[in-house]
Amino acid sequence: MWLLIKYTLLYSAVLTLVALGGMFSERSGIINIALEGIMTIGGLIGIVMVNIMNATGAPVFVGVAVAIIASGLAGLIYSTLLAFSAINLKADQTIGGTALNLLATAIAMVVAKRINGTDSPKLIYNQNSNDVLNNLHFNFKVGPLQLNWFIIICIAAIALSWFILYRTRFGMRLMACGEHPQAADSVGINVYKMRWAGVMISGVLGGIGGMAYIVPAVGDWNFEVGVMGMGFLALAVMIFGQWKPLNIAAAAVFFAFFRALANIFDSFAFLKALDLQKEVYNMMPFIASMVVLALTSKKSRAPKAEGIPYDKGQR
Amino acid sequence: MKKRLASPLANTKSGLASLSSSILCILIGLVVGFILLVVLAWITMIQEGQSFTFSELINTVIDNGLTPMLHGGFYEKSNAMGMGVRTELLKTAPLILTGLSVAFAFKTGLFNIGAAGQYTVGAFGALLCAIIFQWPWWACLIASALFGALWGAFPGIFKAFLNVNEVITAIMFNWIGLYAVNTIMYDKGSSPMFNALKSKTYELSQKSPDSIIPTFNVEVGGKDYFSPMREPSIAIFIAIAVAIVIWVIIKKTTFGYELKACGHNKDAAKYAGINDKKNIILSMVIAGALAGLGAGLYYLTGTKEWEPMQSTALPADGFNGISVALLASSNPLGTIFSALFISHITLGGTFMEAKLFPQEVADIVSGVVIYLCAFSMLFKGAVMKLLSGKQKENVNAEVTVAAPGADDGKEDEA
Amino acid sequence: MADYVIEMLNITKEFPGIKANDDVTLQLRRGEIHALLGENGAGKSTLMSVLFGLYQPEAGKILKDGQEVKIRNPNDATALHIGMVHQHFKLVECFTVLDNIILGAEPMSGPVVDRALARKKVVELSERYGLHIDPDAKIEDISVGMQQRVEILKMLYRENEILIFDEPTAVLTPQEIDELMDIMRGFKAEGKSILFITHKLAEIKAVADRCSVLRKGKYMGTVDVADTSVEKMSQLMVGRDVQLVAQKKECKPGDVVLEVEGITVASRVHKNNAVKDVSFNVRQGEIVCLAGIEGNGQTEFVYALTGLVKPVSGKVTMLGNDITKAKIRDRSKMGMSHIPEDRHKHGLVLDYSLEQNLVLQRYWEKEFQTAGFIKNGAVRDYANKLIKQYDVRSGQGPITTARSMSGGNQQKAIVAREIDKEPELLVAVQPTRGLDVGAIEYIHAQLIAQRDAGKAVLLVSLELDEVMNLSDRILVMYEGEIVGEFDPKTTDVQTLGLYMAGAKRM
Repeated sequence: MWLLIKYTLLYSAVLTLVALGGMFSERSGIINIALEGIMTIGGLIGIVMVNIMNATGAPVFVGVAVAIIASGLAGLIYSTLLAFSAINLKADQTIGGTALNLLATAIAMVVAKRINGTDSPKLIYNQNSNDVLNNLHFNFKVGPLQLNWFIIICIAAIALSWFILYRTRFGMRLMACGEHPQAADSVGINVYKMRWAGVMISGVLGGIGGMAYIVPAVGDWNFEVGVMGMGFLALAVMIFGQWKPLNIAAAAVFFAFFRALANIFDSFAFLKALDLQKEVYNMMPFIASMVVLALTSKKSRAPKAEGIPYDKGQR
Repeated sequence: MKKRLASPLANTKSGLASLSSSILCILIGLVVGFILLVVLAWITMIQEGQSFTFSELINTVIDNGLTPMLHGGFYEKSNAMGMGVRTELLKTAPLILTGLSVAFAFKTGLFNIGAAGQYTVGAFGALLCAIIFQWPWWACLIASALFGALWGAFPGIFKAFLNVNEVITAIMFNWIGLYAVNTIMYDKGSSPMFNALKSKTYELSQKSPDSIIPTFNVEVGGKDYFSPMREPSIAIFIAIAVAIVIWVIIKKTTFGYELKACGHNKDAAKYAGINDKKNIILSMVIAGALAGLGAGLYYLTGTKEWEPMQSTALPADGFNGISVALLASSNPLGTIFSALFISHITLGGTFMEAKLFPQEVADIVSGVVIYLCAFSMLFKGAVMKLLSGKQKENVNAEVTVAAPGADDGKEDEA
Repeated sequence: MADYVIEMLNITKEFPGIKANDDVTLQLRRGEIHALLGENGAGKSTLMSVLFGLYQPEAGKILKDGQEVKIRNPNDATALHIGMVHQHFKLVECFTVLDNIILGAEPMSGPVVDRALARKKVVELSERYGLHIDPDAKIEDISVGMQQRVEILKMLYRENEILIFDEPTAVLTPQEIDELMDIMRGFKAEGKSILFITHKLAEIKAVADRCSVLRKGKYMGTVDVADTSVEKMSQLMVGRDVQLVAQKKECKPGDVVLEVEGITVASRVHKNNAVKDVSFNVRQGEIVCLAGIEGNGQTEFVYALTGLVKPVSGKVTMLGNDITKAKIRDRSKMGMSHIPEDRHKHGLVLDYSLEQNLVLQRYWEKEFQTAGFIKNGAVRDYANKLIKQYDVRSGQGPITTARSMSGGNQQKAIVAREIDKEPELLVAVQPTRGLDVGAIEYIHAQLIAQRDAGKAVLLVSLELDEVMNLSDRILVMYEGEIVGEFDPKTTDVQTLGLYMAGAKRM
């Protein structure tokens, strides 16, 4: 049972972080379907940094912090590609995002293979127990329950997101840009700037989310699969959470539970008795998301201007 | 993607502009790829402590990376007895179909990111009918199309009746399809389709030779180009024929007229009595059938088996279909050429010196090309301006732009 | 020398293919109400967008208090105390009134928006000027008139001295218009300067001191309103004498074509019904007009009538057939034609060519297809016929992309398509919206010709002049109900206004 809670919390943190990222982007008016790719890049750079910090022998705390910051930065830099094409070049946001998803997997494969110097795209970041820094250092225990640092970051992100969105000038202006950019422009708000900010925040959160998904749970990762659709699930979480921070957090727990089942089903007697393949459990969160979207879509209220490029010349 | 212009003259111009903007996308993509190769080679050579001049570095890249990639199937070292060319043709056929799948949906204003899932399910349909029922190849092809159509129907139905964005549905169904197909084909090793000895599905030549699509050969200089045992499949001709049929449907029929009307302006289509829901579903069903048929054209050549335990990622052909469609500006005939190009460099990528250059460099090129295509309208607009000079389109042209957030924003998807 | 607060001198602004402003000069005195008159497309909005910093002019300069200024964006305009109520309100629908007013000029306390302070200021302002609003209501829940007040408060909140009103009366009832005029006079009394954009001469007469006229992007001059007749201003605006009253024969209604009984339609915006229990009929040879302020259920009613949405309850009978649940295509086959409210949303596929648009309702007929293949020759011939007959002008004839045509010609194409079907019932929704006088006259004549040919015409219009001119019977719609039926010969605009505003009902 502790295991189920552990994995549910772990995936909740991942989905919440990434969905909050998607929320900031879409609230500003940019559909961010590239979250999957941003997660991949964030995870990739995070892992590379873990190995580098391991080699330097820096204190664990520093290593953890540096690796997490690196993953966020990597996500941020990668997200600028989306911002540039979607905001400045007014490109189709869905197609641009799809390109970045495909590109991310390809980049991760090339980098991983080159680091390994072999034809294997699998990066290992838990070489042996003597490591100064490996994935286990991202976890800590509270009683019988294993937690990780990303859960703490996630809780902070939820609170901060809520505060920014509903209490600050930035949040108010960001939402205005996603709802009615012409209105925002007419009162002197720079729509391009706000949208860049929205996408870049999603890059940071997506990057950290990518690392949160990969690092605490396992000691190596095969980049052939990217992040296995987790970024897309985060999009579903965002929609289910109606682009609101607290709802997103709640929606994330729901999806995370399904995702967690795939990790632990064989440690539950009754699930084991069902004798299903792991793949069936892997499928569950995706089926759950379709059911949820089908049920809620009629009432769903997306930011009005999302997906529509803003052209200063056209008003 | 293409904004249709009416006059024959404007049509040529617009076609020319699409073509040149596609070529521009490709060129930039290749330049990015080249720079990447240089960086990769440079890192390796530094690591190995070699001393080298810049021209040596460039030569290494050209000989071991760029040449194989650009030569694709025709790369000398890999084209013994026409092997390389055969592989390229084999891989082009499914790409044409996935490209058509994406292009066809674009015409109705839908983005079929689900070609990968439809392809997966189509492959299952083809292999099921071949291995279990031992149907003849053409029947298996039809089955693959039907299975793909089924998977394409989901995003269509969700969009039409529940107002769920087809992109989200298609993505979810990609994964559902992949996991479902792997589950059934493997079934903990006991699936009748699963050859436990080889950890993949049974070979068709062993289980059902009738299910293999026939092959062909060509004479070059009085003798067969391909070795007798390694003849390419006629799948490529089937793919081209399908592309022509799709072109006719879109261009010449009332059905095509309706689909495009829905794609350009759903509300106007509805106003004109066109059943938009029916068209959305039908369009996705056909798109799905095309992607599924693509899988059939590949897996029924008898050269490739499904590996349920290895296939944890969605098939690349599905996503490459997006590049194919975009490069072709959604023109069905154009997909033939853009598919050839994509399979050319992807195959070429595998011939690169693996120690230096991972084959995914070709995927990066392809990804860059899609990224550029997303705003290729910009290139296209520039080219159009060049072509038409300062000639004004219409002095009467309306200046007042539609109300904020009104009609077209999303139409560009179409 | 007169005391000018704003001078726009020799402004030229070009868009691809057209000069929207060609050497235009506008001088605004301190404390005056200055009208800017011109037809749709004369360049009024463009000129104001230049003043507000939304567009940069190619030539010309702007002076504030005699000093040349550069206005690069709305922030510059705000800094110069210039404010604008846009024709299409710039309000975020899911925000509260308060948030909309302070957006872009938020008072802060630390990192947090100080809404309490903002509220105090806004309530104070609204009381001082008699603009009663609920600061916590959401924009999507309040009426259009209220939304306009929010826009006005936005300007006051920013302490603007120069107030631009872009066609502010288009969405208001006659009574609301009077209130607005009072508000404007109040601002004038406080020494604020007002630019009032309109194409309605009566309003200029009522409130403005001076009036500048634009025609086709060119400056036609400035006149003192008190010394200038309405006819003179109209001539300046249009360039010729206008036949303001359409000529038509006596109405001789025949059999009932359309019978509507108890139609109720759900709203897509709120939980209530948009149309409530509407019943009436339309007979051969008459024009029945559905009048009302925008957003009182007309759109939803037409959607239900034409099959675009399903009504909650009620029955529609056409020529004796129950068509309540009929498909759009079947209604069309039965003889219903529909000139839609929004020609860009419904009326045209803008990326299709003119000829493809002209067969939009008929491409499936035997005349235009065999075995599912479109007969391009037949389509071309038909398009040429309509283009000639209805004088639809475009750059390249039948192969012109609809998007590149002018609004008037786009509308003519739709009218041609719908009338040439020889309908029994013609439903025309705001058929002249946004068109210039020439096109309006033409379309009015076509509608009357249909009526005189014995067809039934249902006209939905927001323009009271159009309503009075064309109709044989007037039905006023308010909040989804028919609140009165009138004969245009025995009623006047003021009476209609009271019903349209819900102040009276039969």
